[in-house]
Amino acid sequence: MLGATDLNVAQNIGFGIIAALMIVAAVNVVRSSNVVHAALSLVAVMAGAAAQYLLLAAEFVAVTQVLVYIGAVMILFLFGVMLTRARVGRETDLNNKSWLLGIPVALLMLGIMAYVLIDGFGDDRLEPAAQVSTAALSDSIFKPFLLPFWALSFVLLAAVIGAIVLARKD
Amino acid sequence: MLINEFLLLGAVLFCIGVYGVIARKNAVMVLMSIELILNSVNINLLAFSQLHNNLDGNVFALYIIAVAAAEVGVGLAMVLLIYRNRRSISLDELSEMKG
Repeated sequence: MLGATDLNVAQNIGFGIIAALMIVAAVNVVRSSNVVHAALSLVAVMAGAAAQYLLLAAEFVAVTQVLVYIGAVMILFLFGVMLTRARVGRETDLNNKSWLLGIPVALLMLGIMAYVLIDGFGDDRLEPAAQVSTAALSDSIFKPFLLPFWALSFVLLAAVIGAIVLARKD
Repeated sequence: MLINEFLLLGAVLFCIGVYGVIARKNAVMVLMSIELILNSVNINLLAFSQLHNNLDGNVFALYIIAVAAAEVGVGLAMVLLIYRNRRSISLDELSEMKG
């Protein structure tokens, strides 16, 4: 059980590289003084998350992540930046006056969560399970989770109408 | 692989997102930090889905992606409206609702 196969080693190395890239990019998102650079770093985080989903054998969610987040949400963000900020470049007033307060809060939360996770899940291993089949996933969505699916379609409809109503000029 | 690798990655991303929500003044940047938080939650859900060999986590992750897309659409529409009315999207200037 403890004998790491070659596959496991490769998985771990891939996970480590992608995770390091994701963390660097995420820090850049919250630290960058350039809004467009922050948005492009967010693309790196999303792509890394999609790669992690593939490592977790969730291929459909990974593809959806790429399509929805990198394809649609990021375009929305770039449009938002473009429409609210005329200039593209460094800005000095992106942070609150009390932004230093965020560091101890985040570190405290990270410390507590890391302690709880390591205490609770210690050495639990992920079995190298079979790939999640998209057919089984769709069966799961359209049988036990059908009602939330309908509710979600209404949420999306309301969001579309609400966004149009809010943003149109009249 | 250990499940803790994924869970700790999710925790780190979550805390970075929380820092962004606290520290940023620009409304668009706050929305980006919220996206970081939602992504970290998705990583956790998929890791637990794999741990318990149960598809529900995958379904939840898909629903979170859909809700996040709706949230960004409405959020950015609100930001545009605020910008049009006030020529600024600094969150600390929005104090009309302060008692």
